[in-house]
Amino acid sequence: MTTSTEFSPEVVRVSAHELSGTNGPKRGASGRRPPRASSSRRRRAANADATDRGILSAFDRRRPGIRWGVRLTHAVLLVLLIVVGLGPLLWLAKSAITPTVDTLRTPMALFPNGVDWTNLSTAWSTVHIDVQFMNTVWVALGSWLMQIVVATTAGYALSVLRPKYGKVIYGLVLGTLFVPSVVLLVPLYLTILNPPLLGQSLINTFWAVWLPAGASAFNVVLIKRFFDNLPREVFEAARTDGAGPFRLFWSIVLPMSKPILGVVSVFAIIAAWKDYLWPLLVLRDPNIQPLSVRLPTLQSAIQLDVYLAALAISTLIPIVLFLVFQGLFLRSAGLGGAVKG
Amino acid sequence: MTAIDRTRAPSGSTPVASARRSPLSWVRGGGLSNLIFLLPMLVIFGVFSWWPIVRSVVMSFQHTNLVSPPTFVGWDNFVQVVEDPLFWTAVGNTGWFALLALILGYPIPLIAAVLMSEVKRAKGLYSALAYLPVVVPPVVAVLLWKFFYDASPTGVFNTILGWVGIPPQPWIQDATQAMPSLVVEATWAAAGGTIIIYLAAITGVAPELYDAAEVDGANIWQKIWHVTMPQLRGILLITLILQIIGTAQVFLEPFLFTGGGPVNSTVTVLLLIYRYAFQNSLGGDYGAATALSLLLALFLAVLSLVYFRLTRSWSQN
Repeated sequence: MTTSTEFSPEVVRVSAHELSGTNGPKRGASGRRPPRASSSRRRRAANADATDRGILSAFDRRRPGIRWGVRLTHAVLLVLLIVVGLGPLLWLAKSAITPTVDTLRTPMALFPNGVDWTNLSTAWSTVHIDVQFMNTVWVALGSWLMQIVVATTAGYALSVLRPKYGKVIYGLVLGTLFVPSVVLLVPLYLTILNPPLLGQSLINTFWAVWLPAGASAFNVVLIKRFFDNLPREVFEAARTDGAGPFRLFWSIVLPMSKPILGVVSVFAIIAAWKDYLWPLLVLRDPNIQPLSVRLPTLQSAIQLDVYLAALAISTLIPIVLFLVFQGLFLRSAGLGGAVKG
Repeated sequence: MTAIDRTRAPSGSTPVASARRSPLSWVRGGGLSNLIFLLPMLVIFGVFSWWPIVRSVVMSFQHTNLVSPPTFVGWDNFVQVVEDPLFWTAVGNTGWFALLALILGYPIPLIAAVLMSEVKRAKGLYSALAYLPVVVPPVVAVLLWKFFYDASPTGVFNTILGWVGIPPQPWIQDATQAMPSLVVEATWAAAGGTIIIYLAAITGVAPELYDAAEVDGANIWQKIWHVTMPQLRGILLITLILQIIGTAQVFLEPFLFTGGGPVNSTVTVLLLIYRYAFQNSLGGDYGAATALSLLLALFLAVLSLVYFRLTRSWSQN
């Protein structure tokens, strides 16, 4: 199909270049700007405008009609984004500490009868969200480790070591990208139920989630293409100095790949946190289930306010991770587009 | 260790005419380390990707229960699936979901991204707000929206509608409103990711193109229409087909919001597959489930092929 053109090396070269500025363009532009004389700053600003311009020109921006139009549009956009993007989460945060009766009678009122902080502690320790919370962390960490190990070793072998049969294997990996995951659902379930060589079912063990997570063709492609663009001279120099394949992998290639490892890590952890159908099928025991699987079953079993508190707790960690690693998240999302495109 | 034995066997069995082919020189030449590095991927992909794909095709022609050995039944599974009275309902519902998701979810991120690309101050804030719903775990998002969609007059959305004088709506409890309600939630949850992708693409448009358009006297709308949009053509075509492929496999929303109801108005193809395999009181009908998933995969493959064939000339700038 169109893979050969789609996965052009240029795309990754660009993205690898973008990624290597780990601070992100935003911080680089505003955070560390040294004090400058005003004349040079103005010149710089004009330069930046010339190279960094978008649809509107500097001339457009100076015209009052357009300037106010743009300001108004952006203000409306900001309000909409706050209402739509943040609104539901703020509501959840509010309702997590509101008594059930208030949430049911007047869902949009702000604490008509006070705040009930005990919801959070009830959800955490009485309903034992803490168990599922730790399960989610384990699921995410294991899947992450599995994906990193498989993708880096495979990427290294296919990109740097390049055995003769490498192209065939890479073709087989690329092929799986075109198979929708639903095709795997039933046979994969039966494989977990009765895995080869092990002789015992993996149902209700974390391995049932960890092992299939490693089979991500997307990661292998991403990492191989990043490795492809690392300078070969460095490898040659290391080989001349007597570094074997393992040393080269551990001391040269991996340290040079931190940006792409960050991206793969973000993808892996988000995916593990979000996954629902697969853990629902293979983790039947509530004591080993992650939050996403447990929450829907809690709905009918516990009080509404405690339930909403549980929802809020489950959302907290991803949101905090996102706010802390915002640049990495957004660059990964953009990169996802570059790879798909 | 088994891998070494396995690979040594064939190379050892060949006549030792050329000394370069001996196991020792194979190891020295890096053959062993190549294999050691490939091993994790070969095992994981072999057991959890390549083999299940093959097995899926085999199973679709078999009758499998976990008690007796599987028997080949020809096209029976496919016939059974297509003749299921729910089949066309599910196909129709999935198509309806995909269409609504396209109408709602395709233009909104594009418009938002074009507007956001011109933000100079606090651009990060805009991106972060737009991306926030994507970070919420999908299950939490659905469960939260399920509560928003409460059909009583004191439901969250019905309260808001009440402020502007609109009577309470049944939302997901009504056969005609259920699917659009699901689409609204799905769009809310997914739009942020697409916005960020478009935003990256818009930032990549060469400024000289805008300069040139201005020299030719283009106004803002003409610049968007004749410069930005053509430059985004490639990514727009890709996100369109990816969205269709994604929505054709919608599962979480119907499963958690409505369970397929009311009156089967939200039964989707994936929900049907799930029911065949895992919600069957007679034991899992794995043959029917794999047959239906293969039909879906085949349909999507043909669709993408036709799509890329049709848009090939168009997508090249």
